[in-house]
Amino acid sequence: METKPSPQTKPLAHHFDSYEQQESAGTLGMWLFLCTEILMFGGLFVGYVLYHSLYPEIFKAGATFLEWKKGGINTVVLLISSFTMALSIYYAQKNKMKACRMSLILTLFCGLLFMLIKYMEYSHKMHVGIFPGKFFAYTGEGNVEGLALYFSFYYLMTGLHASHVLAGMGLIGWALFRAFQNKIGPNNYKPLEYVGLFWHLVDLIWIYLFPLLYLVE
Amino acid sequence: MSEHHTVPFKTYLSVLIILLFLTVITVAVAQIDFGAWNTFIAMFIASVKGALVLLYFMHLKYEDRLYWVIFGSGVFFVVLLFFLTKIDIITRVLEVNTL
Repeated sequence: METKPSPQTKPLAHHFDSYEQQESAGTLGMWLFLCTEILMFGGLFVGYVLYHSLYPEIFKAGATFLEWKKGGINTVVLLISSFTMALSIYYAQKNKMKACRMSLILTLFCGLLFMLIKYMEYSHKMHVGIFPGKFFAYTGEGNVEGLALYFSFYYLMTGLHASHVLAGMGLIGWALFRAFQNKIGPNNYKPLEYVGLFWHLVDLIWIYLFPLLYLVE
Repeated sequence: MSEHHTVPFKTYLSVLIILLFLTVITVAVAQIDFGAWNTFIAMFIASVKGALVLLYFMHLKYEDRLYWVIFGSGVFFVVLLFFLTKIDIITRVLEVNTL
C-alpha cells in the first residue's frame, strides 16, 4: 500500500544528487523547450511580417474581417489567467493550498473562455466560406485578390496558438489534480512552476499576435 | 542558485494592472495612423508587455542568468531570420521576361 506523500516532502529522482540539482535541471529543460517554441512561432511571425510588407493591401483588407473587440477581450482574459497562474504558485509557496487550487480553477476557466471566444470567431468565418489557403471560398463584400494569403496566416498562427492554449489547459488540469492529491505544496511547487512557464509563454505569444492580426492599419 | 524567492502579491497585481493598461494603449494607438511607424509602435508596446510577463510572471528577474541566455538566443535567431530574409527580398533584381 502506497503511503500518501505529505506536501512537506518532495520526491528526489534517483539520477539527481540533490534537490537543488533536480530543480535547476527541471527549470533549464523548461526554458530550453520554451526556446524551441519561440523558434517555431518565430518562423510564422517572420513570414507574416515579410508578406505584410510585400502585400499591405491584402493584410489591411483581411484585418477588417476580424473583430478587434473579441481579440481585445481575449487579450484581457489571457492576461488575467497569467496573473492567476502566477498566484497559484505564490499560494503554493505560502502553503495556502485552497487559494492555490482556486487560482488554478480560475486559470482553467479563463482558458476555457478564451477558447469559446476563439470558437465563435472561427465558426463565424467558416460559415461565410473563409477558410485557409486553397479552401478559401469567400466571394462576398470586402473580398480582394489574394485574401486567402492573409487567412492562411491567420488560421495557422491562431490555430497553433489555440492548440497551445488547449495543451496548457490540460497541463493546468493535471496540476490541479496533483494539488487535490496533496502532491503540490510549499516544498514541492516546481511542477506548478513549469506549467506556469508554459502558460505564460502562451500569453506572451498572444500579446504579439493580437496587434499583428487584429490591429493592422 | 535559485533561492526559493517569493514575489509579493502586490508586485503581481501591479504588473497585471500595467499590462491591462498597455492593452488599452495598444488599441488606442492603433486608431491613429502613424504611417510606416504603425507596426513598429505596436511591436514596441507588445515588447514592453512581453518583458513584464517574462520578468515578473516568469520570474526571469529573480532567476539564474542562464535562462536569460537560453531565451535570448531563441529571440536572437528569430531576429536574424527576419533580417536575412528581408535583405534577400529587398536586394532582389526584378527580371522581366522579354519573350
